[in-house]
Amino acid sequence: MEWIADWLFVIPLAPLIAAVANFLLGRWWIRDRAHWIAVPAVGVSFLASVPAFLAVARQHEPLSQHLYTWIPAGDFRVPVVLSVDQLTAVMLLVVTGVSFLVHLYSVGYMHGDPGYHRFFAYLPLFVFSMVMLVLASNFLVLFVFWEAVGLCSYLLIGFWFRRRSAADAAKKAFIVNRVGDFGFSIGIMLIFVTLGTLDYAEVFERVGTLGAGTVTAIALLLFTGAIGKSAQVPLFVWLPDAMEGPTPVSALIHAATMVTAGIFMVARTHPIFLASPTAMLVVAIVGAVTAFIAATIAVTQYDIKRVVAYSTVSQLGYMAIGLGTGAWIAAIFHLFTHAFFKALLFLGSGSVMHGLHDELDMRRMGGLKRSMPLTYWTFLIGAAANAGILPLAGFWSKDEIIVGAWVGGYPVVALIALAAAFFTSLYMFRAVFMTFHGEERFDRAHLHPHDPPWTMSVPLVVLAVGAAVAGFAGVPPEQGWFHRLLEPVFESAMHHEVSLATTLAFGAISTVIALAGLYLAAAAYVLGTVSPAVVAERLGPLYRLAYNKWYFDDVYQRLIVEPARGFATFLWRQIDVGVIDAAVNGAASLVVWTSQLWRRAQTGLVANYVLAIALGTVIIVGAYLIAGSNLFR
Amino acid sequence: MDQIPILSLITYAPLAGAVILFLLPRATERAARWVALLGSGVSFALSLAMLAAFDRSATGMQFTEFIDWLPGLGIAYRLGVDGISAPLVVLTTLLSLISVLASWDPIRRRVREYYISLLLLETGMLGVFVSLDLFLFYIFWEVMLIPMALIIGIWGSANRVYAAVKFFLYTLAGSLLMLVGIVAVYQAYFEQTGVRTLDVLELAQGTYGQAFQMWAFAAFFLAFAIKIPMWPFHTWLPDAHVEAPTAGSVILAGILLKMGGYGFLRFNLPLFPDATRAWAPFIIVLSLIAIIYGALVALVQPDLKKLVAYSSVSHMGFVTLGIFALNAQGLYGAMIVMISHGLVTGALFLLVGILYERAHTREISAFGGLHRSMPVAAAFWGLFAFASLGLPGLSGFVGEFLAILGGFRVYRWAGVIAMFVVILAAWYMLWMLQRIVMMRAPGEPPDPDDPELRLAAVHGVPPAAGGAGPRGQAVDPRTFPDLNWKEFATLAPLAVLTVWIGVYPGYLMRILRPAIEQALAAFGRIGL
Repeated sequence: MEWIADWLFVIPLAPLIAAVANFLLGRWWIRDRAHWIAVPAVGVSFLASVPAFLAVARQHEPLSQHLYTWIPAGDFRVPVVLSVDQLTAVMLLVVTGVSFLVHLYSVGYMHGDPGYHRFFAYLPLFVFSMVMLVLASNFLVLFVFWEAVGLCSYLLIGFWFRRRSAADAAKKAFIVNRVGDFGFSIGIMLIFVTLGTLDYAEVFERVGTLGAGTVTAIALLLFTGAIGKSAQVPLFVWLPDAMEGPTPVSALIHAATMVTAGIFMVARTHPIFLASPTAMLVVAIVGAVTAFIAATIAVTQYDIKRVVAYSTVSQLGYMAIGLGTGAWIAAIFHLFTHAFFKALLFLGSGSVMHGLHDELDMRRMGGLKRSMPLTYWTFLIGAAANAGILPLAGFWSKDEIIVGAWVGGYPVVALIALAAAFFTSLYMFRAVFMTFHGEERFDRAHLHPHDPPWTMSVPLVVLAVGAAVAGFAGVPPEQGWFHRLLEPVFESAMHHEVSLATTLAFGAISTVIALAGLYLAAAAYVLGTVSPAVVAERLGPLYRLAYNKWYFDDVYQRLIVEPARGFATFLWRQIDVGVIDAAVNGAASLVVWTSQLWRRAQTGLVANYVLAIALGTVIIVGAYLIAGSNLFR
Repeated sequence: MDQIPILSLITYAPLAGAVILFLLPRATERAARWVALLGSGVSFALSLAMLAAFDRSATGMQFTEFIDWLPGLGIAYRLGVDGISAPLVVLTTLLSLISVLASWDPIRRRVREYYISLLLLETGMLGVFVSLDLFLFYIFWEVMLIPMALIIGIWGSANRVYAAVKFFLYTLAGSLLMLVGIVAVYQAYFEQTGVRTLDVLELAQGTYGQAFQMWAFAAFFLAFAIKIPMWPFHTWLPDAHVEAPTAGSVILAGILLKMGGYGFLRFNLPLFPDATRAWAPFIIVLSLIAIIYGALVALVQPDLKKLVAYSSVSHMGFVTLGIFALNAQGLYGAMIVMISHGLVTGALFLLVGILYERAHTREISAFGGLHRSMPVAAAFWGLFAFASLGLPGLSGFVGEFLAILGGFRVYRWAGVIAMFVVILAAWYMLWMLQRIVMMRAPGEPPDPDDPELRLAAVHGVPPAAGGAGPRGQAVDPRTFPDLNWKEFATLAPLAVLTVWIGVYPGYLMRILRPAIEQALAAFGRIGL
């Protein structure tokens, strides 16, 4: 399989060609045939990733291919090298695999959209960027595609550009990500300035030579980038709004091509984080807070896609807990299983919207189990996997993260994660019950929900199978196939010795908690023994806090956006026009004014001039005399 | 002379066009346009040939020309280019050619005179970049001033005379200071060596006292700081941009501002290395102010051209930051920012001009939803807006990142503050992009599938009309035709170059390398 090392470039090139072709020719020539080139291109990318995966899985040696030197600026040289190790190989399969299914799904979902060709230009570009991001072997190249992913999210979230909400959401996503990138890029500069290189291998080798303060600074700055991209508190606000894009885009962003980038980056740079316990602690705390906050918000939302979106934020929080507590492999494992069930949940919601003419509000759904059985069963599998029901995928990976936090010496984090797990199960089954069970609350006269065509249902089925069985890649916990695969990457990382009793105990606790959430959801939305409205009433401020997303958006608007604009207006009106330009114009006016003054002397009357000459003579002669001349003596 | 005087040919080809037009008072407008196209086209073709023949491994000046002029005073006709000026020469010829094309339809008044000014301006700009004699340099520097002021003052919009006079006086004040500096250096070198010369390269060999350097540096610095323009000497720029015709803005932003950066690199650094080191922290602070200030003020501009003008102030801050970081990354960054800014901001001004032709306004609130009526133009808007906000893979990022890295290497805080602009730049550019390209035309109701309609139905309020503000008297953007082939032809080469420099800056950087290594020789070669 070593031959693949010379062909690594095919993996990013295929989607890039599709993107460029559809972008340049789509409007005039390709039009509705845009998927003819985009879908196979991503397929090729997936097929090329498979031998690369097999090659590194077998021989444990990373593959690499040098493409060209991007920036040669003195001692700052940035080559573009594609490299594949086990971590990258897993990411490649997840990214290209899920993306391929999403592409296939989009053929049906986007059918008839006036921007069809545009959609199939942006979508492969997204895949290209993400694939290059995971293939990079240099911090700056990583950063380039990190930003490129941001661009693609901008283009796709704002795909329906005529909607103000979509345009706002796209802008917000890009700017919030840029806040993270601000820290990330300073981190990269700090690495270069202190270590003199940006190459992964060299940086990781030399990390030990740095002082503790510097390493912590670098790690935290890098993590700032991850906070933005992987939607952690306090920068998660862009992700739920990203729902404004077409549903396949949400699936892509949430499962494969965007939010996982931050988690991947931290895992990739784990030697830096390992060198700084402070940074690790921060990562774990941020992860725990994110997991909890997002889970509580998700319970109160009515928009089906928003529920799923907050669930992504929450699951990303779990991954960050894994990273922060040193359970690296568990974090990547959760990323892997999450890709299946989250893509499935989004495509499932898309399928619901497809059947209900873009209805999003779960209060106007209900009873869809009968009319959309395939969607129901696949969505149910995805929801159960997300909720961590044994033996579906989410259970194994989430449980491992919680156990990892517990034995790693972060019991509080583990407890918060368990609390969040309760809400996870609650909001997931709440969504299932509100959407598919109960009475039909939509307009039955006009809407006739039905299961989608095959291009949309095949991805659902494939992902459902994945969501059901992907977890077994990591069984038994800590010693599964997945762990052995990734061990070479995280060789230097700490190992937890987990006793069988602990594993079983946490498995049991998680299951009880998940079932409790399931029971509460059923009691509220199926059995009717608990009234959600009464509960909300009784919780009062707590409910409003969660319902209003913990007021993050409002605080940003009031404390940052508005003051910044006010300050900018002040700078423009008062400083730029009022002081600087006024000084310039004032200088000009002063010249004019002085000239006016002197102009008065030019009266044109000879008598005045004679007087002036006479006076002048007297003054000069007088001065001469006073000065002590001896002319008249 | 043993070789073809290619630099003179490049420089005087536009002048020849201007002379022909001058001698033909009865030339039709059509003929005037073609003569101008020919003049600038020949110049562009020759400059490409020059670049192709440029030896990228050689240090020092190439294609040098020397004719003794006033030997008693040490004044001579000395031309030559190195890695710093060669790309700027090509940028000048390219943007001038594009300007001729971009003025084809919009300029309908006094066409012959307009093109005479434009061609004279081109000769002046090229002369500035190729002269190696301070006297000659000064002549070209002043030659360029008059046609630019005329272009703003005659073919500009409503408040054009004010803007032209302001531009003229401001720049003139700077160049008079520079003249004082030139005379001072001339005299100091004479006193030191007994040789009268205005050869830049020879003057750079001299060593001057610290106190003298400080003052002479300041004289040159002010001239270039006004030109580039640095905060707080920037207020002529928004006025000049807003009033200038499209081609005037393109040349102003694309080339004239670069003369400041070029002047720093060609004169301040080699002539006064000690003063440069002493002044550098102060200038870096001014650069940081410019970077953040320009971006913040751009954020609240209601006028498209002003927004782009203030973003220029911000971008030029990167140039001065990079130059006065005095290390390799900083200098590479400054040069790439200059070239990239020429391409990107030039293109943004072309796009503004294209909208102005259709709407006769530059108010951002008059536009909306152009993606539907002008999809090709919208694609260009998107590309250049992202290039301007520093998206990796496009030309802006390479330069900005290197310039900031250069600053970071010297002062950590400088890098951090400069980096902050990535947030602000995204903010103002995307805000603009959203309001003109995305959303809907002013007053246009939402589409039937817009979720806003459903929300409005649920809450019982009428849906908000599209666009950003009240319609006023503006033309409906829905009726705008997309780009015609001439407009496309002006933008496409800039787009190609923007992507090319972003993806493969190596070509450009290899041209720059010997010159940058030479410039750093006096500063300890940091970062090489």
